[in-house]
Amino acid sequence: MTAVTARETAVTSADIRKRGRLVFVATIIILCAWVLAPIYLLAINALSSPEQVNAFPKSFVPGFETDSIAFFMGFAGVARALFNSVLVAGITMALSIGLGAPAGYALSRFDFRGKDAFRIMVLMTRAFPLPLLALPLAVMFIRTGLDDTALGLALVHTTLALPFAVLITFSLFAGIPVELEEAAWTLGCTRLQAFYKVVLPLVLPGIAASAVFAFVISWNEVFAAAVLTIENRTLTAFLLQNINVSPMHLKFAGGAVLVVPALIFIFAVRKYLFAMWGIANR
Amino acid sequence: MQQRTLPYLLLLPATLFLCVFFIYPFLLVAWQAVSQDGALTLDHFRTMAGHWKFPTAFWNTMLLALAVVPVQLALALFMATLVTRMGKGRDVILYIWTIPLGISDLAAGIIWLAIFEQTGFLNSMLSGLGVVEQPVAWLGYQNKGTIFLAVVLAEIWRATAIVLVILVAGMGLIPKEYYEAAEVFGASPWKRFTRITLPLLRPSIQTALILRTILAFEVFAVVIALAGTNFPVLMGETYHWQFNLQDRHVAAAYALVILAISIAFTLVFLRTLRVPREAQP
Repeated sequence: MTAVTARETAVTSADIRKRGRLVFVATIIILCAWVLAPIYLLAINALSSPEQVNAFPKSFVPGFETDSIAFFMGFAGVARALFNSVLVAGITMALSIGLGAPAGYALSRFDFRGKDAFRIMVLMTRAFPLPLLALPLAVMFIRTGLDDTALGLALVHTTLALPFAVLITFSLFAGIPVELEEAAWTLGCTRLQAFYKVVLPLVLPGIAASAVFAFVISWNEVFAAAVLTIENRTLTAFLLQNINVSPMHLKFAGGAVLVVPALIFIFAVRKYLFAMWGIANR
Repeated sequence: MQQRTLPYLLLLPATLFLCVFFIYPFLLVAWQAVSQDGALTLDHFRTMAGHWKFPTAFWNTMLLALAVVPVQLALALFMATLVTRMGKGRDVILYIWTIPLGISDLAAGIIWLAIFEQTGFLNSMLSGLGVVEQPVAWLGYQNKGTIFLAVVLAEIWRATAIVLVILVAGMGLIPKEYYEAAEVFGASPWKRFTRITLPLLRPSIQTALILRTILAFEVFAVVIALAGTNFPVLMGETYHWQFNLQDRHVAAAYALVILAISIAFTLVFLRTLRVPREAQP
């Protein structure tokens, strides 16, 4: 008798566990669909002809036409905007790593007066709406001849990306034991040599990841780009400027062109994403 | 000697850069907002506040932040808890969930435009189901409610990923032993969540809330893409004054308003979610 009830309860608890598992998996699938479905819908529009994009009701399967994308790429100013976007993002990437990595190294290896002040300044940048910097800088740039240039905009984007570069490289260098460097010194390396031969190869993938992150920050930025460029528009600024006048298929093709590189880049840095934030929290 | 100067030399470029391109411009924008031809004045703030769009833009921005940020925090907490229970496939799911992290706000706006525009996918689906006869102008100027909803959905879709990343990283820092001990003492999953996860996650929650709230006050391109000028927000008005009306003083006044609410909310979060020094990891 008791054996039977025991078996029954065992069965029901197994049932409950199975059902719980099902709910668990279903929830995960629904959340994945929530993220992916809108991207799929954009892809349908980007891969359909202009007529299909403006048709109603719309098909939920793409027409696999390249007209929209071809029209967008051939649209006056798009090629140049694309070039500007890459150029600005490239400069931002170089500047933020070039300035940020030495600072990250210093924070991870030395104890010195003013260290906390520097960290607070870096963390403070997070409490400020940084794109607004574009407003005063617009005036400053006109005076210095930097207005409407890729470098000028890249300088603003670097303020956005630099704090991340500092914190990420700090966590990367902090993850390399000092003993490795010290061993190299005792074996006759100078400080610079030890850095080159021992530390750099170990952190290079992480540095590349944070460079990619800086690239994406700049590639995606809209407000400062729209304020600071007139002739040399980046892709985001170009799309924003024309958003009220451009036909639907142009918008969707432009959106898709914006999204694709970002997807690839995030895929490339996915391994570092969480390590970055785990440290950057503190 | 070298040992003592080296860190300063390494920090110098970044420090100089931040002084010139971060601290100085903020002083400059403050001065722009309160001066006219070198004399102090509050005229720009009066012009700003007197314009009919200002209260609308201010409250729209506030309401958006209020509607978006709490949902994002709750959703990200839920997703992060699911992540901790995943075995195989964890990396793939995490990659999918963090995809929106790489998508710009403008692109996110365009993506949701594909759904909500008049010949978009929502109308196509509804007419396919026979719910509506004619396509509805969800984003028309007379439908303020659905515009708001579309912007909220787009923002939740786009920016929950950043909160998720911060929380997952934070959960990774919580020692497993705490959970094992709690299980030994028979604590339910919910108890474990409220008594271990939430308190120990406080620094991460604080970071995420500060970051997200400030970004929510900066909402701009999503709104422009979805609603054009039908739904004024602070950042959009700043752009409008700077670019279309060519009055950088009023634009600077707007910038100071955004700055002020950002700093105010940062301070509130720093205070209410304060982590005692001895409890810091």
